[in-house]
Amino acid sequence: MTALTAPLAAIGRPVIATLALIGRLVLFALEGVSHLFRPPFYFREFGQALWQIGWLSLPVVGLTAFFTGGALALQIYAGGARFSAEAVVPSIVAIGMARELGPVLGGLMVAARVASSIAAEIGTMKVTEQIDALTTLSTNPMKYLTLPRLLAATLAVPILVAVGDSIGIAGGWIVGVSRLDFNAATYLKNTVDFLEFWDIASGLLKGAAFGFIVALAGCFYGMQSDRGAQGVGRATKSAVVAASVMILAANYLLTELFFSS
Amino acid sequence: MITLENIHKSFGAQHVLRGVTLEVPKGTSMVVIGGSGTGKSVLLKCILGLVSPDSGTIRVAGEDVTRSDRDAFLARFGMLFQGGALFDSLPVWQNVAFRLMRGSLKRPKAEAREIAVAKLRRVGLGPDVADKLPAELSGGMQKRVGLARAIAAEPEIIFFDEPTTGLDPIMAGVINDLIREIVTEMGATAVTITHDMSSVRAIADNVAMLHDGVIKWTGPVEKMDDSGDAYVDQFIHGRADGPIAAIR
Repeated sequence: MTALTAPLAAIGRPVIATLALIGRLVLFALEGVSHLFRPPFYFREFGQALWQIGWLSLPVVGLTAFFTGGALALQIYAGGARFSAEAVVPSIVAIGMARELGPVLGGLMVAARVASSIAAEIGTMKVTEQIDALTTLSTNPMKYLTLPRLLAATLAVPILVAVGDSIGIAGGWIVGVSRLDFNAATYLKNTVDFLEFWDIASGLLKGAAFGFIVALAGCFYGMQSDRGAQGVGRATKSAVVAASVMILAANYLLTELFFSS
Repeated sequence: MITLENIHKSFGAQHVLRGVTLEVPKGTSMVVIGGSGTGKSVLLKCILGLVSPDSGTIRVAGEDVTRSDRDAFLARFGMLFQGGALFDSLPVWQNVAFRLMRGSLKRPKAEAREIAVAKLRRVGLGPDVADKLPAELSGGMQKRVGLARAIAAEPEIIFFDEPTTGLDPIMAGVINDLIREIVTEMGATAVTITHDMSSVRAIADNVAMLHDGVIKWTGPVEKMDDSGDAYVDQFIHGRADGPIAAIR
């Protein structure tokens, strides 16, 4: 009997563990969000999180978008040349950046930079008893640490995506004009003419969802951190991996939701 | 003031507390001694509600801690953590005045800073320390800041978790004396956990020996040397042979 059930148990154990993890993550998210409607609200911590997550992520998101926009222009030009469709470069770069590459690459870069930083910071606070100290000082750690970061990331990442979209399109424009012999004004006109409001709005909504995911993963794994440096390291790694996977999964689901019809 | 009745707590298969019963009278200083890993910190965390006991009752001033208003309950406590547990991102004075800058005890910022500086002075630190970050301080100074934070809101009950761990003997003596003076002048009820016998003799009115998840002996500090309890005797004299080593 054991020989028969052992393979099933080997499959079942990680499945149950994964479902339990998802359950804990959802409950953690609900508890974090619930503090939005219950005072006090820590504005100073929110402002600091907004600075850390939004402003300080701008260089990495901007550089990523710039090079991606440039590479995208080259790729579409080369691909389009096969069926004499080189003229679509401006519109495809704009649509590709706004709908997909801006939010996804921006989200992934923020996940690498911010989820790791949040998990390491909160994880260190956990193992050095600073979280316990907060509680004994009558301060709810979810309210003081988690909610400001969730809210700041949800608001900051769409702004980063908007800036990233613009820089990515500019990157495509620079490559298009300097390397592919596009007329500067025509390139811009094609970009503007073909880009629709929903292309931009869907990307910003994705950005908000990805921002929430990044902060959620960082806070959740930080709070779950075990004792010692190894525990903090494990929490940091798990936060980045979980945030990246959740961003890609959420991107597919949101794309289905926004564009499947 | 603090009454623990038959407290049990397990972590998985590890049964840490196996029926702890202890009484800490109001205005006295109780020191809980015991070897590393015997559950002393877990005991303090159970009283504070940071860890939920599996069974048993904890009362503070006659009130069951599980039924009391959490904020009002915690406002009665101050705690010095083993490693200080100072908030890295805040300057020293904001660490000390943390409780005075938010919640029910909130004061204007200038007043909170003034109180913080006064408390720092009480633990032997000058106002020049107030604007430094915790990482810029030595271990002994961090303990003092932790002590200042613990007493900042003048709590009725103060917990000290291994207050002298990691300090040199002179600094440990300074911290012990500070704790004794502060507890006496504030009239606070204090519970200290330690395995440093010099701390026990400097801080305690009463001593309780925790071993194997239960209180093996409790009594006034002056009777500790003549307790007649083999566990206490072995522990306070630091002997390698005896019932504790036999159990290990």
